[in-house]
Amino acid sequence: MYPSELKYDREHEWVRVEGDEAVIGISHFAQDQLGEVVYVDLPSAGDSVAAGETFGEIESVKSVSELYSPINGEVVAVNDALSDTPETVNEDPYGEGWMIRVKMADPSQVDDMISAEEYEAFVNEEA
Amino acid sequence: MEAYAVDSVRGSRMSSDLLHTPLYEEHLALGARMVPFAGYAMPVQYGGIIEEHAAVRSSAGVFDVCHMAQIRVFGFGAREFLQGVLTNDIDRISEVGAAQYTLLCDEDGGIIDDLIVYHTGDLEYMIVANAANRSTDLEWLLERRAAVTVTDGTPATELIEIVDESDRTGLIAVQGPKALAVIAELAGEGFEPPARFHLAEALLDRIPVLLARTGYTGEDGVEIVCHASHAAAIWRALLSFPEITPCGLGARDVLRLEMGYHLYGSDMDRGVDPISAGLGWVVAMDKGHFVGRDAIERVRIRGADRRLAGLVVSDGMARPGYPVLHGGSEVGKVASGTYSPVLATGIATAYLPAELAQPGTEVEVEVRRRKVRAEVVRPPFVERTSLS
Repeated sequence: MYPSELKYDREHEWVRVEGDEAVIGISHFAQDQLGEVVYVDLPSAGDSVAAGETFGEIESVKSVSELYSPINGEVVAVNDALSDTPETVNEDPYGEGWMIRVKMADPSQVDDMISAEEYEAFVNEEA
Repeated sequence: MEAYAVDSVRGSRMSSDLLHTPLYEEHLALGARMVPFAGYAMPVQYGGIIEEHAAVRSSAGVFDVCHMAQIRVFGFGAREFLQGVLTNDIDRISEVGAAQYTLLCDEDGGIIDDLIVYHTGDLEYMIVANAANRSTDLEWLLERRAAVTVTDGTPATELIEIVDESDRTGLIAVQGPKALAVIAELAGEGFEPPARFHLAEALLDRIPVLLARTGYTGEDGVEIVCHASHAAAIWRALLSFPEITPCGLGARDVLRLEMGYHLYGSDMDRGVDPISAGLGWVVAMDKGHFVGRDAIERVRIRGADRRLAGLVVSDGMARPGYPVLHGGSEVGKVASGTYSPVLATGIATAYLPAELAQPGTEVEVEVRRRKVRAEVVRPPFVERTSLS
């Protein structure tokens, strides 16, 4: 449920580092809590994101949540397919349900994120 | 990711003083997500709102509505008494077994509750009311009874019984194009379903029930009235059919809003009259005096200042409380709002100035940081169902 090669934050985002870029999405726990996703509002390529600040929104029928970036950087790619098939976030949160790809300004920020094990302990407490 | 406080779906802390319906343990066993609603712990969803909605539109769903109130009114003069307190014309359900949607209004025309009244027998009626309004409705009816006489001047208190049967009564809704076929199988040979907006006695799996051909989803189906002690057995019997999916309050809200059905507390309350709420069709102005008639008549002649309008939202979801804008200024707030899986867009209601509440008017809804286009339409939002 929480792949060990990813890093997580306590706002339920995950990050996968690929070179100097980071792919960002939301965790299995987050998609399950939201229920079926019906809208995903994401930034555009070229926008900048900053650690702790919102980069978008995600909505299910019953709730709406802000998406927080765990890192600073510039958006280099956006998963535009989610505007037509937002339910992909539920079906494949770590794969096809990714949200944005960011060129990291400070890769050391990823070191401050928590491991899969720590994240799982965190959500077990929150649940 | 951080959730706004839209609805306490996530991490809902269930306070221990919440009431339980007779189906509470069934919901827990099915893994439902429970939320507080009208003082009860109720299932908001089981598998998911979208899939539960799809089950009702294409097959059948079952809903726990045991929290709703049942008030029996019976005795000589019961008909005359109800005619004087309800807005609709009760003589239209003079046939035993017939039912009608109606309103309870105060002297100012303010809506106390919306109800279905069933003509359950000679001199007998059963009112099904919103759970949150149970004590308000009951007290109102008892006060009115104390204040009126019937026909020849006999005090109504001497003639009419008003009994709150909510605690011992279960209510389970089965809705969807396949609902009647399942009910027929449970009822056995020779079963004839009651006509639309009628009810009849039946045996389901040998359990005595009242079957009402009514609902809140826009699909064909029934609402099963039973003794509370039988609710769980009926629930399980229904769920033994693969056609039937358990559905929570989340799906129920989407289904009813797609049909433009009003929700008390969101689409109307004590501060709103039936004309402004778009419920003039359940007010029988020609039936003689009833509580609220004069006030409602004044609104009808003068015309409502504000009216409840339907909105189709172009991109995004308009949630309750979001501002509605016209020409850049706020003209109202969203009353009910959700996502329609059938239309694949947001749908909503809002009280707007009467001149803007006309189909075709373009408005905007402020969806958090964005302004989103919306068009005023006349509900239902969804036209084709198993009832149409």
